[in-house]
Amino acid sequence: MPPHTADPQRHGDPHAPGFESVHEAPRPDTLLATRDLVIDIPERASGAPLDLTINPGQCWGILGPNGAGKSTLLHTLAGLRAARAGEIHVQGRPLPEYSRTRLARELGLVFQKHHDGFPATVLETALIGRHPYLRPWDIETAEDYAQARTALAWMDLTELEHRLVDTLSGGERQRLAIATVLTQNPRLLLLDEPTSQLDLHHQVAVLDHIRGIARDDRAAILVLHDVNLAVRYCDHLLLMFPDGKACWGPTRTMLVPSALERLYNQPLGVGEIDGYPVFMPRPD
Amino acid sequence: MTRSFLLATGVLLPASLLAILIALAYGSVAIPAGDLLAVIQGEGSRLHSTLVLELRLPRALAAFAAGGLLGVAGALMQVLLRNPLADPYVLGLSGGASVGALLAMLAGLSMFSVSVAAFAGALLSTVIVFGLAHGTGSWTPTRLLLTGVVVAAGWGAVISFLLAVSPTAELPGMLYWLMGDVSHARNPYPAWGVLVLVVLLALPLGRTLNVLARGPMQAAALGVAVRPVEWTIYIAAALITATAVMQVGAVGFVGLIVPHMLRLIFGNDQRVILPASALGGGILLTLADTLARTMIAPEQLPVGVITAMLGVPVFLFLLYRSR
Repeated sequence: MPPHTADPQRHGDPHAPGFESVHEAPRPDTLLATRDLVIDIPERASGAPLDLTINPGQCWGILGPNGAGKSTLLHTLAGLRAARAGEIHVQGRPLPEYSRTRLARELGLVFQKHHDGFPATVLETALIGRHPYLRPWDIETAEDYAQARTALAWMDLTELEHRLVDTLSGGERQRLAIATVLTQNPRLLLLDEPTSQLDLHHQVAVLDHIRGIARDDRAAILVLHDVNLAVRYCDHLLLMFPDGKACWGPTRTMLVPSALERLYNQPLGVGEIDGYPVFMPRPD
Repeated sequence: MTRSFLLATGVLLPASLLAILIALAYGSVAIPAGDLLAVIQGEGSRLHSTLVLELRLPRALAAFAAGGLLGVAGALMQVLLRNPLADPYVLGLSGGASVGALLAMLAGLSMFSVSVAAFAGALLSTVIVFGLAHGTGSWTPTRLLLTGVVVAAGWGAVISFLLAVSPTAELPGMLYWLMGDVSHARNPYPAWGVLVLVVLLALPLGRTLNVLARGPMQAAALGVAVRPVEWTIYIAAALITATAVMQVGAVGFVGLIVPHMLRLIFGNDQRVILPASALGGGILLTLADTLARTMIAPEQLPVGVITAMLGVPVFLFLLYRSR
């Protein structure tokens, strides 16, 4: 991967020429494409329409302040809530044409919050990721169990296999949610703040793993709050501004410090580590 | 899953048989095991034969079927609401059934009409409680429980009113029905038909319910068509409760105690819990009814008194533990 560098030419007003979304036309192998998509946030004016093209091998980061609509966008992309306008195509077909089961084999979503109605074990919880692949009378096979156990191992949860989920720490519960979606094994992973509760080591381990999955025929979209992790792991960024505007494109074209400052309404200092720009909040 | 399923059926099936045998053996007159065996083999005295085969067996089977239905209804509602406190009695369904039954009794209708009126009352109550609690969003458990409790209180007022205006001669029958009474149940076989059907339907739906228990959004993301499944459970639970209430009146807390106990033992897989709740509910109500017939024999207690005495502490314990 070439080092991402902030292009000094692009500094300045985010609406000045030179800081624009990079539109890519969908390809035959495009996993997810939106056309003029406007997400529906109740009692909010419509934001800018989104024309996103997510191709295999890509890892997208969504950055933006609280309430910008990042989670709403993920839920809309997963078909869990209606858009205000526009279309979503999953592998070339309009999203409404998919049955829920069929869609769950192509798209997996990790939520910010996790509900566990009745206590179940860690292994049972990961195993529900196989649900979209099983018919009503089917019982999970040894292979389904093996997939769940592999996913638990990736997320460093093997030891906790028989623990009840309500005894897990926040970070462990979050890794279990990711292990469940890895058991589901969709081609496009949508992850809502997957590292928000993780320690540094596990943040890196989880993002390394997701980056590794989003290589050949798969892709991932991550909502992140850590700009620097996004810079490291995402090849494309979508910036969602509080006023509903949005910019997206390859990461290196999006790292305009003034735009990021406007995004978070927070002055930032810029440094460089390993050839990557590093952004540090500056107190006023 | 397979292992806990086999374990559950392996324990509960023999226990069910044992419960029915106990119900056959005990009552105002206890029948020794040897005599009971003789009756079952078609021998034994005429008195014992009549007592066991014509009086106790239909009643035991009716209690078992109704208990099984109440157990499954509770388990289904708990998944639907993602709340272990959900129970047909607590949610006011039984209250609606009681009002229907009392009105029919007051009108002097036949026992069959009373059952049908109870069925209609339970369905009406389900529509009211779930409809009101649904509002604009999804069924939030707290709102549903509160709605159920308040609607149940409303039914309670209607019941008191009906009792106040009823002729004195009608009162004992009415009171027994209100507290749950298996003695009116004559034909247990329709309830058995419903019970078998429900368990057969619940088995393939079980894994979907496991996913649904994690919340509607998560379930949808895992490929569950949430709305159709929720409506199926809702209608099934209402029909099941109504069928049970039609048989035995307003028996409470079976749907609360049984799934809870079974979850402690066999875990939370609905494919295990639903059939286990059918057997466990059957066992509980059969034994409770036997106790009701023997405790102050030759007088009988309403079986609902016994289930409530067990259920209220369990409910309070669950409520206390759930923060």
